[in-house]
Amino acid sequence: MVSILLIEDDPLLRRGLHLALGRHGHQVRTADTGEEGLRELRTAAPDLVVVDVMLPGIDGIEVCRRVRSAGEVPVIMLTARGDDLDIVAGLEAGADDYVVKPARPTVLDARIRAVLRRGSGPPDGVRVHGDLRVDTAALTVTRCGVPVPLTATELRLLLTISRAPGRVWSRQQLLEDVWEHDYLGDSRLVDNCVQRLRAKVEADPAAPRYVQTVRGFGYRFGPL
Amino acid sequence: MRWGLRFRLLLAFVSVTLLAVAVTAWSSARSASAALVEATERQLTGVVAERIGAVAPQLSYPPDQESLDRLRSAVGPETVVTYGQLSSVGGDRTGLVTGALRDAVRTRGRLVAQRIVAAGRPWLLVGTPVVVTAPDGGRSPSGIEVYSVFPLAEVERQVDGLGRVAVGTAAPAVPLAVLLAVLAANSVLRPVRRLRDTARRLAAGDLDARSTPRGADELTELTVTLNRMAGSLQASMEELRRMQADARRFTADVSHELRTPLSTLTAVVEVLASAADGMAPDARESAELAITEVHRLVRLVEDLMEVSRFDAGTARPRVEEVDVADAVRECLRARGWSDRVELVAAQGVRVPVDRRRLDVVVANLVGNALRHGAPPVRVTVSAAARQVRVEVTDGGPGLPDAVLPHVFDRFYKHDAARTRTPGSGLGLAIARENARLHGGDITAANAAGGGARFTLRLPRDPEDG
Repeated sequence: MVSILLIEDDPLLRRGLHLALGRHGHQVRTADTGEEGLRELRTAAPDLVVVDVMLPGIDGIEVCRRVRSAGEVPVIMLTARGDDLDIVAGLEAGADDYVVKPARPTVLDARIRAVLRRGSGPPDGVRVHGDLRVDTAALTVTRCGVPVPLTATELRLLLTISRAPGRVWSRQQLLEDVWEHDYLGDSRLVDNCVQRLRAKVEADPAAPRYVQTVRGFGYRFGPL
Repeated sequence: MRWGLRFRLLLAFVSVTLLAVAVTAWSSARSASAALVEATERQLTGVVAERIGAVAPQLSYPPDQESLDRLRSAVGPETVVTYGQLSSVGGDRTGLVTGALRDAVRTRGRLVAQRIVAAGRPWLLVGTPVVVTAPDGGRSPSGIEVYSVFPLAEVERQVDGLGRVAVGTAAPAVPLAVLLAVLAANSVLRPVRRLRDTARRLAAGDLDARSTPRGADELTELTVTLNRMAGSLQASMEELRRMQADARRFTADVSHELRTPLSTLTAVVEVLASAADGMAPDARESAELAITEVHRLVRLVEDLMEVSRFDAGTARPRVEEVDVADAVRECLRARGWSDRVELVAAQGVRVPVDRRRLDVVVANLVGNALRHGAPPVRVTVSAAARQVRVEVTDGGPGLPDAVLPHVFDRFYKHDAARTRTPGSGLGLAIARENARLHGGDITAANAAGGGARFTLRLPRDPEDG
């Protein structure tokens, strides 16, 4: 049973999503404002947060930012199609994924499950890449012996591309492998996640050693 | 013709001036030359009479050859003097003296002058009888006749000179006329050109364009009328634009307001669907209808909002390099159409496009072909130097000629029986807007062998547009 915190201001939509996600086997807590949602986050410790971008008071983007600064709980945004600025801002604030409204509960459920699966890759022991030590069983990463706190999505991205150092991954491949999106997935998800990952694992994020950009193709781990 | 009016004005001015100059020069030269010839004639006849008068009293009668010679040399070089059978001839032009002149002198008994042209040059012939005055004052003809020939070439030269002077005096009037014509043409053409420029700007869509009326002639009236016309055109356009903006804002607002309840409905109909199996048949059918219609409504509202974004100019493509063949294949696969559609695609054709929008376009064109056309439905991806073409054809009867120009119109449905199709009626309009957003376009036509053919063209380099 996964516990989900749903932050949505419209009462009927909140109730509707509550019913539908409950039907998919999730335990749903709800909040009607960003402030209340952040309080719930502290008291209920949900596995995942679903937040509407358009909220009175603290908006969904600010909620994302605060959830991220408080820990590694994954966040999925509900946005309107065409609100590209919101999507970009939300991803930069640390959202793991987004779903366009009106969202079909089956789609939302698939995204939720994909995000939560990211913490559990096939364990194949401990890999050491330069200063980076990736424990695929314990799902921990340390750099120079210091633990690096990664979200599930960041960890899955690192596990995926570090599995084959030197191999070039297209954004589409990463969207399918990490986010489990179809070919229409939004490549900005990858770019934003790469930036956050670099900020955590690279000594100099502007000149990355581990997660390197292959211009015109995608990303590559190393070679060191 | 660009120089039409100016050229015609110039031509008229110069023609009139030339005509006036020619007539004036000709008539003044003519009267002046007549006066000159007459004065010369009078002077020469006077000279002849005077010279004869000076010598005649000293002559003996009847005169002998020596008297005639004396008289002849007194009168002049080209002279012949006769008396009965005697004659004294001087110079070599006296042969010009005509029989008619001799007859006139004899019958009239006084001085006669005649102008002739010989060997291409004018001459004056003067003939006179010599009259003897008796001591009692009685006058009687002496029987002596004097004929003199004078060249008039000098006079003719003077007459020609007069004509040249007349033409020379009048000639400066021509450049003056040209100058005046140019000035007149400019004064007419300047306001005309201003009007033309204003009309051109209006035609190009600059409805603020006006001409400043100057003076109080017909062109000023035309300018005022043009300005008034532009004013009312501008007012109508503004009104139209305002109404259009209102309608668009209304569409956007309505769609936006519909989105929240539709989100709720979308959420709950799935719950309804999963519970439908346990319902009574009529309740289950009702639930299924509600679910179908909610999904239709969602699609319609999404399409309306998409159209609103195009109208408002807020639609932005999210461009990335996409392999067109892969995108088409994925589009068909995602919708379960791979088995029903034949794909002929050049591999490795990469174009900078918005992946989602390309998917929308291809899905719409193929969806239409599957719904309205007949098999075989074929998608052909081909690449040229500057553009990529995605062609969707079907084996149906094609589109009626009356329908072709309207297929991209919003909510256009040519067949009333087809109003209940799953589409929103906005699909092709949105598809074309999407193509144009990329600097491309979609065209509709019928293939040579029947069947509709929709062609999407995308520039390989969007800068080419």
